[in-house]
Amino acid sequence: MNPARRRFLFAGAAAAGLTAAVELARRFDLVAPDSSGLYAPGTALTYAAQRLLTTGARAREFSREQISAKPFANPVGPLGADFARLQAGSFRDWKLTVDGMVAHPLSLTLADLRALPAGRQVTEVVCEEGWSYIAEWIGTPLHEILRTAGTLPQARYVVYYSHEEGWWDSIDRADALHPQTILTWAMNGADLPVPFGGPLRMRVPRQLGYKSTKYVNRLTATDNLKGFGKGLGSASPEFGYSWYAGI
Amino acid sequence: MSGAAHPGPLPRHPLLVRITHWITVLAFGALLLSGIEILISHPRFYWGETGNSGTTPLFQIPIPSSRASVPTGYNYVLPDQNGWSRSLHFQAAWAAVFTGLVYLLAGIATRHFRRRLLPESLSWSAIQAVLAQHLRRQPDPDPGSYNVLQRLTYLAVVFLVFPLIIWTGLALSPAIGAVLPSSVELLGGRQSARTLHFFLSAALVLFFFVHIAMVVLSGFRARMRAMITGAGTTPQERPQ
Repeated sequence: MNPARRRFLFAGAAAAGLTAAVELARRFDLVAPDSSGLYAPGTALTYAAQRLLTTGARAREFSREQISAKPFANPVGPLGADFARLQAGSFRDWKLTVDGMVAHPLSLTLADLRALPAGRQVTEVVCEEGWSYIAEWIGTPLHEILRTAGTLPQARYVVYYSHEEGWWDSIDRADALHPQTILTWAMNGADLPVPFGGPLRMRVPRQLGYKSTKYVNRLTATDNLKGFGKGLGSASPEFGYSWYAGI
Repeated sequence: MSGAAHPGPLPRHPLLVRITHWITVLAFGALLLSGIEILISHPRFYWGETGNSGTTPLFQIPIPSSRASVPTGYNYVLPDQNGWSRSLHFQAAWAAVFTGLVYLLAGIATRHFRRRLLPESLSWSAIQAVLAQHLRRQPDPDPGSYNVLQRLTYLAVVFLVFPLIIWTGLALSPAIGAVLPSSVELLGGRQSARTLHFFLSAALVLFFFVHIAMVVLSGFRARMRAMITGAGTTPQERPQ
C-alpha cells in the first residue's frame, strides 16, 4: 500500500473511531456540560474515565478518632438580608424548595428534613487549593429527598442553589443517587455551624470541596443544564473551574 | 558526556523517541507552570491524611499565596489562577500519560530500553570510571552511547519518578481514592501524597536543569539537531 493511501485510511479510521467514541460517550451520559473550548479534551477524558471507574465506589470513610481537631472553613461571599433574617430566627423558617422534574414539588423545613431517614458519614473535605479536614457529617441523603418528591425518570441532573450570592451547582444522576451524597444539617455532633455551611450544606464526598455547596435552599431536578446560568452546569465554570471535580 | 564540545558520533534518536520527547517537553512545561500556579493557592505542606491553615505544616514555601485565608506572613495576596491551571494540569497530564504509554510500548517492542538504557555492566567501578572521567574533564570515550550514569538516570526518570508522580497525583483525587483507597493509604494519607507529588516534581525539575546543562555543554546545536531531525554527525554508528 502506498504511503499516501495508508495515511488516508489511517486518518479515516481515526476520525471514525473518534466519532463513535463521542457518540457512545453521549449515549452513556459521559459528556460533562462544560466540555467545550480549549480544555475540552482533558475535561471530557477526566469525566468519562472517572465516571466509568467510580460506578458504585464509595468515598473513603474514616474512624471517629480521625476527625480533625481543627477543621477549616474558607471565607464565603455575602449571604444577603434574607439569610440574616433566617439566622436571627435560628433558621426555624428555613425552607428547602424542591422543584423541576418531580411529581410532588416540596418545601421542607429543617424539622421536615430531620424527620426523613438520616445518613451519617465521617469523610474528608478536600479543597482544590490543597488543604483538607475530616469531619462527621449527619444529614438527609439526597436520594431520600428525591424519592419523597418523586423525581421523574427523565431527570438527569440535580441543580442546587445557595444563599451565597451567585452560587449554584449541579451533579449528575450518579452522584445525586449516591448513598454518600447528603444534605448535611449536623457536623461533629452539633448543628452545622454557619461558617461550615449551616443550616444546610450539600456533601458530595467523591468530588472536591467546591461541589459541597454551603447554605443550600433549593433543589431543581432537570434533564438538561442548558437553561441554567450560562449552560455550563454550575457557577464554577464561569470562573474557569470545571463542573466535574472528581480530581 | 564530557565537559567540552567535540566532534564524534552522536546518538541517532529514533523517530518515535523524538516525537514523544517533544510532546513530553510541552506537557512537562504545562504541568510545571500550572502546578506552580496551583501550589501558590496553598504553599504549605503536611504529612498524613489531613492538613489546613489551622494546623501545623511540615514546611511551607516562603511565598505569598493566592488566597487571603492562608497565613503566609506576607501582607499580599496573589491573583487566583487555579481555574485554568487545574484544567491545563489535567489536560497536560492526559497528554503526558498517553505519550508515555506509546513510548513505553514502543520502547519494549523495539528493544530501545534494553539496547540504549539498560546498563551494559552495572558495577561501582563502571560508575567510578564515569565520575573520574568527568572530574578530570576527559573527553567522552563513547559519545554515541549513554554512559552508565546517564542510563541509570533515564531509567529512574522513566520507570520510577514518572510512575510515582502519576500515582501521587491520582491519589489526590477523591474519586480515585473512592475506587482505590489503598492507593492513598499506601502513601501515608492524602496530604503525604501531595507532599510527595511536590518532591517528585522538584526531582523532575532538577533532572530538567541537569539535562539542559549537559545538552549545552556537549554542543547545543548538534544535540538539538539530533533530537529534532534524528541526524547524527557521522554516518558510522557503533554497533549495539
